[in-house]
Amino acid sequence: MADALDLTADALTLEREWKTPDRGTVGIIFLIITESVLFLTFVAVYLVYIGASVTGPYPKDVLETPILATVCLLSSSLTIVAAEWALERNRIGMFRIWWLVTIVLGLYFLFDTGMEWKKLIYVDHLTISTNLFGTTFYSLVGLHASHVTVGMIFLLLVIGVNLLGFPIETQKRRVKFLSWYWHFVDAVWVIVFTVVYIISTR
Amino acid sequence: MASIDYPLERPKVGTKDWGFAEHMYDWVATVDHKKLGIMYIVSALLFLVIAGIMALVIRTQLALPNGHVVAPDTYNRLFTMHGTTMVFLLGMPLVAGFSNYLVPLMIGARDMAFPRLNAFGFWIFLFGGFLLYFSYLGGSGLYGAGSAPDVGWFAYAPLTEKPFSLGHSTDYWALGIIVSGIGTIASAINVIATTFSLRCPGMTLSRMPMFVWVMLIDSWLILVAFPPLTAAQIMLLLDRYLGANFFYTQRGGSAVLWQHLFWIFGHPEVYILIFPAFAILSEVIPIFSRKPIFGRPAMVGAVVAIGFISLGVWAHHMFAVGMTSYANSFFAASTMLVGIPTGIKIFNWTATMYGGKVNLKTPMLFCCGFLLQFLIAGLTGIMLAIAPFDWQLHDSYFVVGHFHFTLAEGLVFGIFAGLYYWFPKITGRMYNEKLGKWHFWLFVIGVNLTFIPMHFAGILGMPRRIYTYQAGRGWEFWQFSATIGAYIQAIAVAIYVWNVVHSAIKGEPAGDDPWDGWTLEWATTSPPPEYNFEKLPVVRSSRPLWDLKHPHDPDWKYE
Repeated sequence: MADALDLTADALTLEREWKTPDRGTVGIIFLIITESVLFLTFVAVYLVYIGASVTGPYPKDVLETPILATVCLLSSSLTIVAAEWALERNRIGMFRIWWLVTIVLGLYFLFDTGMEWKKLIYVDHLTISTNLFGTTFYSLVGLHASHVTVGMIFLLLVIGVNLLGFPIETQKRRVKFLSWYWHFVDAVWVIVFTVVYIISTR
Repeated sequence: MASIDYPLERPKVGTKDWGFAEHMYDWVATVDHKKLGIMYIVSALLFLVIAGIMALVIRTQLALPNGHVVAPDTYNRLFTMHGTTMVFLLGMPLVAGFSNYLVPLMIGARDMAFPRLNAFGFWIFLFGGFLLYFSYLGGSGLYGAGSAPDVGWFAYAPLTEKPFSLGHSTDYWALGIIVSGIGTIASAINVIATTFSLRCPGMTLSRMPMFVWVMLIDSWLILVAFPPLTAAQIMLLLDRYLGANFFYTQRGGSAVLWQHLFWIFGHPEVYILIFPAFAILSEVIPIFSRKPIFGRPAMVGAVVAIGFISLGVWAHHMFAVGMTSYANSFFAASTMLVGIPTGIKIFNWTATMYGGKVNLKTPMLFCCGFLLQFLIAGLTGIMLAIAPFDWQLHDSYFVVGHFHFTLAEGLVFGIFAGLYYWFPKITGRMYNEKLGKWHFWLFVIGVNLTFIPMHFAGILGMPRRIYTYQAGRGWEFWQFSATIGAYIQAIAVAIYVWNVVHSAIKGEPAGDDPWDGWTLEWATTSPPPEYNFEKLPVVRSSRPLWDLKHPHDPDWKYE
């Protein structure tokens, strides 16, 4: 019965010219939307609890603005675009270099977060249970850092399989989605940075 | 069991060599959207039976004053697990099950956009449910007897904090729902990607069946409503395990924040739950009225409007916590506003029936039941939207009656309509019409006998969630009739289960298109083959099968 639906000539034209969006593109866009709502919730809670801590330490006493880490993370968005650009033109050597630069920048960001937390915990004695600032700070920054970590695992996976001989140029579409995710993580950092290091330290 | 090398020696589909192990392997390893859809629906119905039995115990406990059927702490666990199960393990898998089974068939696709993600979503949902129920064994950890969560389905802080909720029962509640929520989100992304990307040639968004439209908006709501819940539950677990202070009021945390986060999820959630019913009605009523749906663009517009307005009404659950009068007014107004698109939908379904050739088969009976019952539910909803009225009846049995009217008499009526309507498609056999009618009438009597009295008990001051009550407060009659109604509902559901099991095995063969349908799922065989359509269809109107059956008067000439 189904094939009786389409036996006219204009149906064939319709079929030939029919275009729908790529399923992966739609999927990743909506994944990013739902992730954004997750971050939005944590950001909103952080904002609500600014100044609600009953005891110290308070943000303006202990937070140091992580300028270098921020510059690294944001520039990794550019280097991953460069890597994609190289992959698009099948210049695998260039792709690998830019991809590794992206990884190094991301790893530095994670390292810097780790050092910041070490300082906060051991020097300033701020843990997640100390006060509401600690609670919201570690959960929001930690949520972001965990997303960077997930992105990092995938970045390493791509370069790892490529260095082991997997032809990454067959996976341009997936590399593109990974780079969108990375941009998303970077964009979230802009908001986290503004909220945590600028608004709450005033 | 002998070793089986499936990838090497897998018997051909449908051959008689298939034993039990082969069938099990086939279902467990499947990525077919129809099998996953069936598994979603079957597991939802299993959870319905479990949570229904819990409801019967609750009703038995409340039937007479000073009841002692179960212990008080068991009672708290029962209503918590009943609510949690009905919302997360019945409602959500029904959303996923119906959209999984029907969306690809209706848009002329061979499967969902991400079949493996689909299988992942189902299994993680199911194991999330198991995790929740495992609390009965593991709730107290290593200390001995197990216990399930007893904090109510919305688990208000600070009662969920460590000092007030010892053991692990609350952790099972949070973890089980986070895990099954991941499955829900996976399935929602899948539905959206399928709808946008896999429509068959000619299936523009404006020609898409109403069912697919509603499930598309439903998936959107899932994606924006579930993360706040997940976030809140992560915060709760941080509080409980790492000593964070989110909802720990002694250290400046806010219990009201939990309420905000929960209801930012919770109110869109009730629309997420009711949308499958909307979707099913929009397909069933036109078919059994022999009329295309009235005001199709308005119907789509209404569902999109609900998809956005419902995100801004959550605090009407919190009128009693002492918000500012501005906030109260805002949420009262937005709640009434959401009644407008819902009203449009009710009006358009009724208008579809008006002047049509109405055929009162069981699915249509359930649709008519839905229209009447859900209207009442909507009206008590508008009453509760008025903040001063809500202050009077907050946390009373009136509220219990109201939301059971929306969900038990709204959602469940719609779901039964859909289950009867697509039964011949899913199984290839016809259900027993006579038993179906018995099911419907007993169910109508049962639900009304159960939930109408709850409103009166609430107006007479009966608070919700109380373990028992004294005689002489005027609640006995209402509580007793509610209990009778609950048992009648149970009989009705038992008839349904018998009907399904019996008809699936011995029913009359139904043929491919028993209802003279207009959407693409009726264009393939019943049950559909694994690939759905031998050749992808090409459509030119919103009723492609009408065009096919009436080549001299096709719809596309007028659309």
